[in-house]
Amino acid sequence: MTERNFPIGGPVLEVKNISLSFGGVKAITDTSFNVLEHEIRAIIGPNGAGKSSMLNCINGIYKPQVGSVTYKGEEIKKVTPNIMAQKGISRTFQNLALFKRMSVLDNILVGRKLHTTSNFMEVALQLPKAKREEKVNRDRCEEIVEFLEIEDIKNTPVGKLPYGLQKKVELGRALATDANLILLDEPMAGMNVEEKREMCRFILKVNDEIGTTMVLIEHDMGVVMDISDRVVVLDYGKVIGDGTPDEVRANQRVIDAYLGVEH
Amino acid sequence: MKPIFMTYTRGDLINLAILLIVGVVIIPMTVSSGYWYTSILIPWLCLALATIGQQIIMGYTGQLALGAAGFMAAGAFACFNLILRVPGIPFVGALLISGLIAAAFGILFGLPSLRVRGIYLMVATLASQFFIIWMIDKFGWFKNYDSSGIITAQDIVIMGKPFTSPIEMYLVIVAVVTPMTLIAMNMARGSTGRNWMSVRDMDIAAESMGVSLLKTKLQAFAISSFYCGVAGALFAFTYLKSLEPVAFDIKLSFKVLFMVILGGLGTINGAFIGAGFILLFPVLLNYIGNNVFHGAIDATIISAIEQVVFGVLMIIFMIYEPLGMAKLWETIKIKIAGLFSKK
Repeated sequence: MTERNFPIGGPVLEVKNISLSFGGVKAITDTSFNVLEHEIRAIIGPNGAGKSSMLNCINGIYKPQVGSVTYKGEEIKKVTPNIMAQKGISRTFQNLALFKRMSVLDNILVGRKLHTTSNFMEVALQLPKAKREEKVNRDRCEEIVEFLEIEDIKNTPVGKLPYGLQKKVELGRALATDANLILLDEPMAGMNVEEKREMCRFILKVNDEIGTTMVLIEHDMGVVMDISDRVVVLDYGKVIGDGTPDEVRANQRVIDAYLGVEH
Repeated sequence: MKPIFMTYTRGDLINLAILLIVGVVIIPMTVSSGYWYTSILIPWLCLALATIGQQIIMGYTGQLALGAAGFMAAGAFACFNLILRVPGIPFVGALLISGLIAAAFGILFGLPSLRVRGIYLMVATLASQFFIIWMIDKFGWFKNYDSSGIITAQDIVIMGKPFTSPIEMYLVIVAVVTPMTLIAMNMARGSTGRNWMSVRDMDIAAESMGVSLLKTKLQAFAISSFYCGVAGALFAFTYLKSLEPVAFDIKLSFKVLFMVILGGLGTINGAFIGAGFILLFPVLLNYIGNNVFHGAIDATIISAIEQVVFGVLMIIFMIYEPLGMAKLWETIKIKIAGLFSKK
């Protein structure tokens, strides 16, 4: 393997003993794993294994009953989407959560929210600070648009775009936050082979060029094994395997979970 | 030409210049009949300003609030009391403070938006409508203990000069509405507007991008009611020329709501188009009734037709063109431009 621009470092995100239940249904039971700096970490598992719930716990949309999330060595007491965004964790959503009536560029610009300090008065009166900030943010977003090769649709309302492009815009919005860690909830779901390959290329490119740590959920085993550094496998809300793609592939419990097991 | 604001194109600035020339030079020079000012231009601009307010909360932030007239009443009575009780207060100062008072009410009645949404929020915000009117009626202080129920608005005096004739009042309104419209556009096109729209379109994603729902919603409520408050004060001081709580009843709130929907949700120019249409359509119907049918159609039928047409239009726009007449206008412009470019 060639030398990486951003070699994998120490643990940046640690999830410890997370348990989440909805009423009597246990979505996640006592799950722990960590994410190393600059790595691409995949969470896989069959349907209903608790993968998305896991991401929602890290991001603060769900509040786990037990367990803790530690980011950059600091245990985060109150996990909310807003606080996690401020800490530098961004995300995409499984079922697309774009701002449908806004243009592609405006969607990505919302990702710059935390890099915008001018208040509404400064924006209203177009004071120099607001203008300067807007220019910086727009330039950054144009860069992202170029990076994702979506220049020709940047002024189209997102709701009018096909699914594959919307997924790209969502990645763009997450990138615009300049987050250190991006959670990707099934970035390739519902895509054809071509689109999947392209998305993989972008994920690897982001990781390589910017050094962003990626945590991604994916169904397609082939894709996951190709691009991720380490994989954690969930089944019925529990970790049944954790390691490099090769280790996971050889893990008997993982094989059982995916292929079924004779009783 | 160097653009004044970065998001504005050359075309935007030319349009603005044309509108300003028409509004400030051509109309005052050519239109002399007081009727045009007092019955059409003045109420149109006042209501368009209130519609911008409603547009901000409903069209941009997606909060179904109903109570614009309540905030307008707050602004109107605040302005009346400020001029009455604060000696030497400049009119524009009173107008701004009235807007701020309305904004305070807006924040208060915007609080439910943090918990409820949609139709439930609409019901919750109706409270503002009824509470503000009730408060003004209940405490005589607001009406300066006037028992007649109708108080005459003070004259508008700016820098010692009274602005009392229709054309003078019209110019005052233009001088207020123009900058406020530009400011609304700046906000709508800038980061402030993007925050509002992100809350409207997908609040959970907005939050994950660091947009605070609490702050954004309350800010939108405050700015929205500021616009309504200023509009209400102008409406009372120039159009009604009196202050009576009944003028700001729920019907006016609905009227402003319809102006937003017909004009186009989430557009500033739609506020002007919608207000113009709702205000002028009855005038047009009356004109047709009198001049085409020579009074053969009963006046009550005409007003019934008006209601029917508004209702039908509302449904059509909600289903087929949520962006309203502003969008239709854009489409027509593009079509016309297409015709010319072919030749």
